[in-house]
Amino acid sequence: MRPSALLERLLQLVPVLLGIALVVFLMMQATPGDPVELMLGDALATPEQREALRRDMGLDRPLPERFLHFLGNAATLDFGQSFHHRRPVADVILERLPATIELTLAAMAIAIAVGVPLGVVAAVRRDGWIDRLATILGLAGVSMPGFWLGILLILLFSVQLGWLPVSGRIGFGAEVPPVTGLLLVDTLLAGRPASFLEALRHLLLPAVTLGLAMAALLMRVTRTSMLEALRQDYVTFATAKGLPRRRVLIRHALRNALTPTVTVAAIETGTLLGGNMIVETVFGWPGLGRLVVEGIFTRNYPLVQAAVLLYAVTYVLLNLLADVLQTVLNPKVRL
Amino acid sequence: MSGPLLEIRGLAVVFPTRGGLVRAVDGVDLEVFSGECLGVVGESGSGKSVTFLAVLGLLRPPGRIEAGEIRFEGRTISGLPEAELRELRGRAIAITLQDALTALNPALTVEQQIVETIEAHDPDLPRGRARRRILRERAQELLRLVGIPEPARRLAAYPHELSGGMRQRVMIAIALSCRPKLLIADEPTTALDVTIQAQVLDLLAELRERLGTAIVLVSHDLGVVAEHCGRVVVMYAGQVVERGPTAAVIGEPRHPYTRGLLRSIPSIAEPERPIRPIPGQMADPIRPPPGCRFEPRCSLARPACRLPIALRPIDGGRAARCVEVAA
Repeated sequence: MRPSALLERLLQLVPVLLGIALVVFLMMQATPGDPVELMLGDALATPEQREALRRDMGLDRPLPERFLHFLGNAATLDFGQSFHHRRPVADVILERLPATIELTLAAMAIAIAVGVPLGVVAAVRRDGWIDRLATILGLAGVSMPGFWLGILLILLFSVQLGWLPVSGRIGFGAEVPPVTGLLLVDTLLAGRPASFLEALRHLLLPAVTLGLAMAALLMRVTRTSMLEALRQDYVTFATAKGLPRRRVLIRHALRNALTPTVTVAAIETGTLLGGNMIVETVFGWPGLGRLVVEGIFTRNYPLVQAAVLLYAVTYVLLNLLADVLQTVLNPKVRL
Repeated sequence: MSGPLLEIRGLAVVFPTRGGLVRAVDGVDLEVFSGECLGVVGESGSGKSVTFLAVLGLLRPPGRIEAGEIRFEGRTISGLPEAELRELRGRAIAITLQDALTALNPALTVEQQIVETIEAHDPDLPRGRARRRILRERAQELLRLVGIPEPARRLAAYPHELSGGMRQRVMIAIALSCRPKLLIADEPTTALDVTIQAQVLDLLAELRERLGTAIVLVSHDLGVVAEHCGRVVVMYAGQVVERGPTAAVIGEPRHPYTRGLLRSIPSIAEPERPIRPIPGQMADPIRPPPGCRFEPRCSLARPACRLPIALRPIDGGRAARCVEVAA
């Protein structure tokens, strides 16, 4: 891949992001409810005070001007004050984001480690017992609601066996100074292996809950594309060259079969990065999902607006990442 | 060694399907001698490709060898365990497939695809940097052997960056990388332009001369086979219907199907002669006719043709599966 092609793709993102920003901005204008009323809540205020607040918030300016203002602020990560928290929205989100990122990375790692090999084995031993088992588990994994699996896991590993904590990210007394916000990294940076284990123990159940559903999806995608790849002439030819079976399967079949898996994994990572309200609630995980859902219910517009923008940017970037990975996997694909 | 290089006896290959058991190959006998070029001709579905995929143990499940024996250099290789088949594949017996575009891996460079074949069969390669250098040199040498200009540059290319003829040459180079005794060229020209076809066939003939590799040229085109092969085997509906020295078979075909194939080829010498396709469809591979499989399409058919019939030997090392031939 040429670096200039990557730069070109990045530049192409600019109009996309502007469009997203416009949609987000207009969406907020179109939603019912007066921000001033919302902000004041039940507080008593004179009409003059209301008018002053309106001017303060720039709500008396014409729409285009307000959009430019919004853009300028967004560029400097200034999304205004969260109504509920009375703090800058960016701070509130950044506080929760690392927890979600950590959970996403862990869940995706589990999903890839479980889903891809299982999909390969299921395809290679098509209609064998592993395939049948994987198909059933895959169906279960995709259709089982996260909260249900989460509660089952808590009942088994936390309540019955007492091996793992019920909720939260880390136990009292094990906290470390935040550097990256990712506790697995921060505990190691702080040189506290005991805290690292503690964080890992907290992470395990929610990551497995999210990861297994994703693993089921990746397994099904990998199985399908692997079956397709195994039918290709280049697999027959690779076998005819006298290559070991394992090499034929991995270097020739799997490598070409991974294309759809990578795309699905990237998109699903985008979904996970939005935070999963249900799993976060079940495990008391202080992530983005709960924050945003609460924000929606309390009509915390600045917060929701920033979150939607964040989701959109994440999606766009992950799509680009998926495209870049495609070019690595398949030299025929150009950016 | 006096016996044939490859000997196939009574080979039967079946593919279970929902509609029933497809008998793709049904009682095929043939042999290939060291250094010769054998043509195997038949239309699609005649079982010619499947026969040779079976030789290399490359049948795609659930397809399987149901009966018969395959011997290579006198040693039975049908039913060998996978590990021993792998030893043979690429090293002793190599194959090229019809379309190099689909047979070469789109994600790997020419060099990677050549080198991995050499590595799979040469345990004496040194380790480390010397290994890389030796492998690269050998890969370049192979590309030169098959007449690819600027081999050093082509090594880094991906299959889609090459022309069709070039891809076919690369596939032949890979097949020859371990100097096999037998090369099976499955429809080597079908996917190519006519001008390139001749080049590839000439290349195969030249390589046979230079390396002494026996070649099986599998083709639906009797014209291609006529020009390059000393002997020819004509297959129809999973069976051998005629075989013998190419000149004799073409000069005086003894099976009506072979005659039909010849009449369906346009001729430059007699441009006025009408091209006559063989009427009807290939026999149903699940429920083939009980006697001669060509009987339903044959203009000479008579009641005796409905009885099972074996290949009947004719003088001059020939044989045909037809009641016209005196038993």
